[in-house]
Amino acid sequence: MLLEEKTSQEQAFEPLIVAFCCNWCSYAGADLAGTSRLQYPANVKIIKVPCSCRVNPNFVLRAFQKGADGVVIAGCHPGDCHYSTGNYFTRRRFTLLMNMLDFIGIEKERFTVDWISAAEGSKFAAVMNGVLEKVHKLGPNRKMRDKRWKR
Amino acid sequence: MQRIGVFVCWCGSNIAGTVDVAQVAQSAAAMPGVVYAKDYQYMCSEVGQNMIKQAIAEHGLTRVVVASCSPRMHESTFRKTAAAAGLNPYLVEVANIREHCAWIHKDKAEGTKKAIALTRAAVAKATLNAPLVAGESGVEKRALVIGGGIAGLQTALDIADAGYAVDIVEKSPSIGGKMAQIDKTFPTLDCSACILTPKMVDAATHENITLYTYSEVESVSGFVGNFEVAIRQKARSVDAKKCSGCGLCAEKCPSRKAKSEFDEGLRTRGAIYIPFPQAIPNVPVIDRDECTYFKTGKCGLCSKICPASAVSFEQADEVITQRYGAIVVATGFDMIELDKFGEYQYGQHPDVITSLEFERLTNAAGPTGGKFVRPSDHKKPKKVVFVQCVGSRDTSGRGKPYCSKICCMYTAKHAMLIRDKYPDVEASVFYIDVRTPGKNFDEFQRRAVEEYGVQYIKGMVGKIFPEQDKLMVHGVDALSGETVVIDADLVVLASATKAKDDAEALGRMLSISTDTHDFFTEAHPKLRPVESHTAGIFLAGACQGPKDIPETVSQAGAAAAKAIGLLSKKKLVTNPCVTTVNEALCSGCLACEKICPYGAIAAKTIELTNNGVKETRVVAAVNEALCQGCGGCTVACRAGAIDLKGFTNRQIMAEVDAICF
Repeated sequence: MLLEEKTSQEQAFEPLIVAFCCNWCSYAGADLAGTSRLQYPANVKIIKVPCSCRVNPNFVLRAFQKGADGVVIAGCHPGDCHYSTGNYFTRRRFTLLMNMLDFIGIEKERFTVDWISAAEGSKFAAVMNGVLEKVHKLGPNRKMRDKRWKR
Repeated sequence: MQRIGVFVCWCGSNIAGTVDVAQVAQSAAAMPGVVYAKDYQYMCSEVGQNMIKQAIAEHGLTRVVVASCSPRMHESTFRKTAAAAGLNPYLVEVANIREHCAWIHKDKAEGTKKAIALTRAAVAKATLNAPLVAGESGVEKRALVIGGGIAGLQTALDIADAGYAVDIVEKSPSIGGKMAQIDKTFPTLDCSACILTPKMVDAATHENITLYTYSEVESVSGFVGNFEVAIRQKARSVDAKKCSGCGLCAEKCPSRKAKSEFDEGLRTRGAIYIPFPQAIPNVPVIDRDECTYFKTGKCGLCSKICPASAVSFEQADEVITQRYGAIVVATGFDMIELDKFGEYQYGQHPDVITSLEFERLTNAAGPTGGKFVRPSDHKKPKKVVFVQCVGSRDTSGRGKPYCSKICCMYTAKHAMLIRDKYPDVEASVFYIDVRTPGKNFDEFQRRAVEEYGVQYIKGMVGKIFPEQDKLMVHGVDALSGETVVIDADLVVLASATKAKDDAEALGRMLSISTDTHDFFTEAHPKLRPVESHTAGIFLAGACQGPKDIPETVSQAGAAAAKAIGLLSKKKLVTNPCVTTVNEALCSGCLACEKICPYGAIAAKTIELTNNGVKETRVVAAVNEALCQGCGGCTVACRAGAIDLKGFTNRQIMAEVDAICF
């Protein structure tokens, strides 16, 4: 493949990232990123959940199935959960899911769990930029994608 | 089929600048279920809200989606609007197209595309929204104030004056805090003790205020209006009811090694001591780590000489459990340790002191009785050098990157006081910038320079060398570019302020957040400056960030007003977004019960008829008053029997699908 062709293909790939953010820390962190006018690509779309522990692994799988190229779960830092212990459940549950994704052939890098506090607007932008960079390198997610579902 | 109305806000040019709002409204109109879509400059304005109300009536809307700023900002506004138009408030969804879209993307085409996707997700979710009815909970008419410094005292007094019971929990043996240690206050040069002690007395004698000194908050549970707090009252080893406060024990205590915390270690105190003469309560406390009796079992002199037989070595810690409707955190600040700042010789040379030590040194009740002498040889210094920003505005990692805010003013005060009392003493100040934004602050600092002849040198001190009985201060005058060497007799370091070391732990206990420097975070930096993110918990004073006394007092009043507002409510509306159990699906495994942090789930036996046969079965039951709506149990449920109202599995799935459209 010609180099030029390859780059044009890469440019054409616009990844879709679904981010589940907890209401108390990460969603507020995303708000702060906005208020501070920090830039991150428009590919990231945020879904608000009360706590990161509300995210069912099924939601992550559904996103991959419907064509998301990357999924992020962001919650309060361990120990800072608004509901005391919610993010500990998140951590345990998604360590397992990460292994399962790896097992079924979805690159681990497509799935990120991170802790972003309400004061960390810049971290929010940095995490999203990092995720996009990784997903850009991996290219489109084809493994779990439902072919009937056209984006 | 739902009849959904979509309202797209311009937010002036905030959203309209990078998002084609008309196109968003146009695309929204084509989304499933949408019967009405409109864009307008300011949806939150009265006109905008009326537009929503009108549309609900005219078009028979059953769901409302507002694409605007963050729901953290105006969700409650639009819910009220819907409620006013007769629609259940929980049928409103907000698509965040400002903070999450318009403000972070510069490209208009991209921004518009994303705004449409976010709106589509909100529409998809709204379609599945169910009308929810908020429950009610009572309010315990009692407030807890953590910290007994000026912030805590003012808050407590204001709440108590409004007629509510207040408990103050203070960690140290006396209330008063940092302000009690200060000699004079800027810019009026009031005597700090003279304006503080009446407040201390007021708090101690107020019929609505209970003091828990030498006490700490041990655990906090519950929620707004209904907090349950355990307070550990540490053993004073002195019976406060019997003690007359004569002070004989403290005077006669043979152990004299402990450094006085109140005098910043500039003098020693007995193992049994009253922190300072105006302490409230005026009851001594035994420092068990220093007391000979507790260490060796011998001595016991204080017990023998106490005329009231108040000394009680057997006294044990007591844990008091109390219910509160509101909590105000007023734990204050500390000064940073200076061990990383070796160049200033602090800790190496007795004549290099911190500003707080200087306060004690010049105080009439201080270690020198107000005589201005230096610690090493008790001689009067002739040249005093003040160094500002020691650890403040420091990005090297040794100190704090923020401005400590109070140092410019108190340093000017110190220098001025010296020059006023001892015109023969030279005072020089090294500074990076002089920051005096406050009422009469700049005038005050100018007076120090113009009237009192304090020498201000713009620049930092590189190193201090002790030479014979002098301290050679080497600095740079940044304005002339020349090196300056001053042979000082006393050096005063304006060390940076920091959050209390245990602030983070307390924050966790209260589930309120701290910033990167462990100061407590307010709910909104501009509009909700005294509230924490957790409902019912308020912030006052320097625990939220560096502050001077007037700011602290006004914030304390504001926090008190917020607490009073809460306590005066008869009922509180609870969050209706709680979990529900589908009993037909529940297998009664109770995996949910184990993970619920609030103990809101319990087993329940239900009766049912199965093919004509009556049988009983165990299922999970949710106590809606206790459930806080985190939704952790919904994921633990193997059968998918538990769902969270307002964030149901179907709603979130619908959002995922809409985003991946």
